[in-house]
Amino acid sequence: MSSIKIELRQQDIDKITEICDSFNNEPLELINVLHKTQEHFGYLPAEIQEVIASRLNVSTAQVYGVVTFYSFFTMTPKGKHPISICMGTACYVRGAEKVLDEFKKELSLQVGQTTADGKFSLSSLRCVGACGLAPVVLVGEKTYGRVAPDDVKAILKEYA
Amino acid sequence: METIKITIDNKQVEVEKGTTILSAARKMGIDIPTLCHMRLDDLNIENKPGGCRICVVEVQGRRNLSPACITKCDDGTVIRTHTPRVMNARRTVMEFILSDHPKDCLICPKSGSCELQDMANRLGIREIPGQEIAAMSTYRKDTSPSIIRDLDKCIMCRRCEMMCNDVQTVGALSAVNRGFMAAVAPAFEQNLEHSPCTYCGQCVAVCPTGALTEVDHTRDVLRAIVDPAKVVVVQTAPAVRAALGEEFGLKPGTLVTGKLVSALKELGFDYVFDTDFAADLTIMEEGTELLNRLGKFLKGDENSNIPILTSCCPGWVNFFEHNFPELKDVPSTAKSPQQMFGAIAKSYFADKIKINRKDMVVVSIMPCLAKKWEAQRPEFSVDGNPDVDFSISTRELAHFIRQANIDFVNLPDSDFDRPLGESTGAGVIFGNTGGVIEAAVRTAYELFTGKKLSRLDFTELRGMEGVRQATIDFDGFPLNIGIAHGLGNARKLLEDVKAGRSKFHAIEVMACPGGCIGGGGQPLHHGDSSILKSRARALYEEDKNKPIRVSHENPYIIQLYKEFLGEPNSEKAHHLLHTHYFDRKAKIVVKP
Repeated sequence: MSSIKIELRQQDIDKITEICDSFNNEPLELINVLHKTQEHFGYLPAEIQEVIASRLNVSTAQVYGVVTFYSFFTMTPKGKHPISICMGTACYVRGAEKVLDEFKKELSLQVGQTTADGKFSLSSLRCVGACGLAPVVLVGEKTYGRVAPDDVKAILKEYA
Repeated sequence: METIKITIDNKQVEVEKGTTILSAARKMGIDIPTLCHMRLDDLNIENKPGGCRICVVEVQGRRNLSPACITKCDDGTVIRTHTPRVMNARRTVMEFILSDHPKDCLICPKSGSCELQDMANRLGIREIPGQEIAAMSTYRKDTSPSIIRDLDKCIMCRRCEMMCNDVQTVGALSAVNRGFMAAVAPAFEQNLEHSPCTYCGQCVAVCPTGALTEVDHTRDVLRAIVDPAKVVVVQTAPAVRAALGEEFGLKPGTLVTGKLVSALKELGFDYVFDTDFAADLTIMEEGTELLNRLGKFLKGDENSNIPILTSCCPGWVNFFEHNFPELKDVPSTAKSPQQMFGAIAKSYFADKIKINRKDMVVVSIMPCLAKKWEAQRPEFSVDGNPDVDFSISTRELAHFIRQANIDFVNLPDSDFDRPLGESTGAGVIFGNTGGVIEAAVRTAYELFTGKKLSRLDFTELRGMEGVRQATIDFDGFPLNIGIAHGLGNARKLLEDVKAGRSKFHAIEVMACPGGCIGGGGQPLHHGDSSILKSRARALYEEDKNKPIRVSHENPYIIQLYKEFLGEPNSEKAHHLLHTHYFDRKAKIVVKP
């Protein structure tokens, strides 16, 4: 997985320290710490993982192992409008892959990437619990149901 | 002890409650095949992620097959280990594993000692269905100064991860990613070189396949030997002579010192010397340093740097440089025997035979992979010319011997060359956990008290316990000694030193479980810890049979000081035989 080299400011380190402290720097709370940290920073670059590892006294390799295991965690910054296409069984059989392909084509993006202007990022996920609306697309907090490849252009236009 | 009755393959047996099906079966002589599971009995090391599913068995009353390595027996359990259903499942599991494994066994460095290869053979796998259409996961190959990671060959048994994290507490490796992309890798999938890896090589020692192997330097050595312009000098570490025989079918614990020397001479080395000589030299330098520090300590000097920590083990040196840089003034400044040997060979001995150090090549045979990196440390060279040119492992030497058509088992015994081949029993036991400190005690006692020792065997310093302690009576002064082998155990003692609550005066650390005899470059033990114990016994036996057993009585060491170095810890000795350490802890960079 690629990572973007960033430099942390002291206030960033203080924030991570605060989050780790709120979980008593307990190694078993690693996943919760990562959730909170990603909520704050939007993503988990290598440098942030290194700070978390040293605070919780676990190896950086282990933190990275957890970050790469769970698809919710990301090491690249999400776009202003994160697009998620549901690839759960119901959505998949009703053509989610074709919808995803259309998004990839329109944005010239691969899953896990963000556009150069930082506007959109693309991800796939498994089941948002709205199978009746399959195939489902999420843009930020907004849900789109019964999406066909032809709808993709119009959806993107809403955020232009 | 509460016992229960179980039945395996129609045979009834009584076992302790809580026993796994696998260990119950093994006790009965039923050899259920395993792949990811590994257990080193005497060292309390066990890997049982229950991941590979090769060990599945049928348990009466259970719908699914159960992995024998993690399933505990209940009273009355009826188990069958080779029904058609079990055998089919095993075969399918193996076919799946092999479908994502390269088939280049012929040229794999692990060929002949690969547990996966053995298993495929044992299960009689002759074809892999769907191979033509199956995708293969591929990874970037990573070569460090000591270790090569070729993850195409990884079967995710997680043994290396267990050694690196649970036993060594190094934390260089972790399982990362998932599914087809899953791998065991350093953080951010960087190269091992940019991780906190100590090159202890314990991951290599337990890897069942060719995924983790050592960097091979045998061809470089061969080139040096055939170069008429070079004088090639070889040194062999103590632990090698207690293990090399295993590579040629000899019983573990067979001492092959004499054959080893003969083989090295046949290979064409110009001088065959012994690292044990340098071990004796280490004792002179480190022992003197101990006594100096102890003198300061007894005078109440707060900067006495007591306890002194041994510094022979390069994996251990890497470990404290990465994890305890604030303690870098505490270990002895004495170089390791390998490096002392190189420094003396390329000065004292080069002068003696009247050649320039640049025309000499020093090769070391080591049970260790961290020695490869140690030899390459920039501080151990003069104008770019390293004190030790190449370090090869016991396994590499065995390959080299086979390539040279040498009938090792039937070789006659030969003696090491002089002067750097003469050693004492104290130098020999350097290969065992507790051996360095025992050797140091033998010399330090006599120098400290001015009296002769009435006994030379300090059995209280020996054994396989991970952390040991003993108090030796130095003629009224109780010298407290701590010993740790395995870096996780060393960490415990280091935390105490850091917190200022250590009660020891001297601490010996070896990175590998068992000491150098269990090093990452030794013949593979394949999970049988009795092999390590046999090797340890062999070294104590060699010590016992040596005419001289204390380092300061080695006549060639006495001569070296008289002709060349002056006194232990003299200015010249400091220049050639001592070193300093670096802070290698990963730093978090803050934007100004």
